[in-house]
Amino acid sequence: MSKTAPFRFRLYVAGDAANSLQAITNLRALCREHLAERHEIEIIDVFREPKRAMAEGVLLTPMLVRVCPEPPLKIIGDLSESRPFMQILE
Amino acid sequence: MNRKRLLNHKAPVTPDLSKTRTGIEGFDEITKGGLPRGRTTLLEGCAGSGKTVMALQSLVNGARLNNEAGIFVAFEETSERIKTNAKKFGWDLEVLEKRKLFFLNAQTTPDLAQSGSFDLGGILAAVETKAKEINAKRVVFDALDVVLALLGDPAAERREVYRLHEWLGARGLTAIITSKVGNRQSLLDNQPNLGFMQFMVDCTVTLNHELVRGVSQRSLHVVKYRGSSFSENESPFVIGEGGLEVAGAREVAGGREPGWQRTSRSSKLTERLSSGVKRLDTMLGGGYYRGAAILITGFPGTAKSTLAGAFAEAACKRGERTLFISFDSDADEVIRNLTSVNIRLERFVKKEKLRLISARTVSGSAEIHLMQIKQLAKTHDARCVIIDPVSALAKAGNEETAYSVAERLLDWSKSSGITLLCTSLLQEASSSTEGTPLQISTLADTWIHLNYLVHAGERNRGLSIIKSRGTSHSNQVRELMLSDKGVTLADAYTAGGEVLMGTLRWEKERAEQSARDEELATAKKILAALDNEEAEIEVRIKSAQRELLAKRSQRKELNLLTSKRIHAFANRRTQLSELRGTDKS
Repeated sequence: MSKTAPFRFRLYVAGDAANSLQAITNLRALCREHLAERHEIEIIDVFREPKRAMAEGVLLTPMLVRVCPEPPLKIIGDLSESRPFMQILE
Repeated sequence: MNRKRLLNHKAPVTPDLSKTRTGIEGFDEITKGGLPRGRTTLLEGCAGSGKTVMALQSLVNGARLNNEAGIFVAFEETSERIKTNAKKFGWDLEVLEKRKLFFLNAQTTPDLAQSGSFDLGGILAAVETKAKEINAKRVVFDALDVVLALLGDPAAERREVYRLHEWLGARGLTAIITSKVGNRQSLLDNQPNLGFMQFMVDCTVTLNHELVRGVSQRSLHVVKYRGSSFSENESPFVIGEGGLEVAGAREVAGGREPGWQRTSRSSKLTERLSSGVKRLDTMLGGGYYRGAAILITGFPGTAKSTLAGAFAEAACKRGERTLFISFDSDADEVIRNLTSVNIRLERFVKKEKLRLISARTVSGSAEIHLMQIKQLAKTHDARCVIIDPVSALAKAGNEETAYSVAERLLDWSKSSGITLLCTSLLQEASSSTEGTPLQISTLADTWIHLNYLVHAGERNRGLSIIKSRGTSHSNQVRELMLSDKGVTLADAYTAGGEVLMGTLRWEKERAEQSARDEELATAKKILAALDNEEAEIEVRIKSAQRELLAKRSQRKELNLLTSKRIHAFANRRTQLSELRGTDKS
């Protein structure tokens, strides 16, 4: 995972909430499948780093932010549906 | 636990430690202490019912009065908009925001992509962080329904509400959740989770806003309050200059700060105030009592406003700050009309002793009027308040509430030591009774009734004191006369059980006078005639006596004559017998 990865994601989770854990699993699976080596994932726990979450305006969790490429795009939910994720890859 | 034990040992008057005051006038009275401390309150109501204002106000008051920091989570409106709207209340949000108040913008963009299940974790994390940072004790979740709707699934909504409630409870935050509801009928059909929310929370307050014949009526209603008694009635409220003001429950109004009420009243018990009309003061045994509620009833044009104006002028002359609220006329009109009877108020308005308010064009519920009156009296620091006419409170749409409002008005004026003078318009239809539409006559201390007495093509104003507590007052009807010299009272002419006024009084007086004159003349005539007769009789007596004397002398003469004759006859017989030579027999 290089710093120049074309797709960079931040996933905000709320501790070990079920949908947050599910989101991590789903995101990893989706990236493996569609982006192979072209991605980078950062997982942020809103309870551990609330200031970052607030700065990002994360209110609902889990929330995925596509940081790169610009502009940033957001998806809320455990990513159990792949269609919204596929849309932000286009 | 500790808290509860503590409570049991305390006298009932001490503040309830399980509650925290909202500082919202009236609301803390209804709930007997405010919101449940460290627990959650649901504030529900239709759009525009005042939920956001009430929630923010309790947060602001918490910071100002209790020095408790608070967080406002804005789900629907942006915090900027909320702050702009709240500007008019003068809450100094900018100052509070430095240390005691934090706004969290939590609006979701409508185009936010969704994929599967999510929850409020981010918000809770943010609130928790902020709460620790500023040591917040209170939190508001404004328009939680908006964010819950995003979940799109009743089960998920319920789960989130439950989680939120647990989370709040664990942190001991005093929370207010506001939630929009539709009208009452469709409430439970459309929002199945509202019932759940009501069940979860410790206190539920419903706000209503409706138009009754075009008059805005707001009210709130405590639906539940776990572990506490509360006033179960609907309580009207207004959103005034300083935010929400709730009309306190009746039973509460009577029981406030008894000590204060006692001292303020006892010192004023015996003080008399001039009514502005000298004769009326005499009739009342010295004037109105300080702190009394005075009611002046009468038909249109019976000079109710004039008496009210006279009282206002007298109060201002004593140097007392006075509030005059006219529901009938503009301020200029009031001044002009009163000037025509030599009551000059303009100078006192200029000196700001008198505040003259025209509420002619103000349409509002009786509650709103009451609160505005209180507010005005407070800001003007008025000692005397005049409401002309108080019957305006009972205008269309207000009939139900007007009486209780009038009652509270009197209650308020008494407890604040304000001398209150109300006029009340009577309609011709109810002229047979002297009762007032608001029935405040029973509550008033002094009740003056003005009436027209129509007789012989004239209407004259009559004034009578129907009651005056603690005063030996005159029970006579007086004639009220208005002139450019001022207001005067004249004795009404009572004759044969009839009260006469005006020209009729004058005529009657004249008629009686001439009748008396005539009688005198007649008597004089009769007296003269008697004198004549007496003289005549005396003359007759004298002539009769003369006659009698004449008869007597006549008789005397006759007697004398007769005896002479007899004597002469006897002599002649002797001579005759001597002549004849008769023998002596």
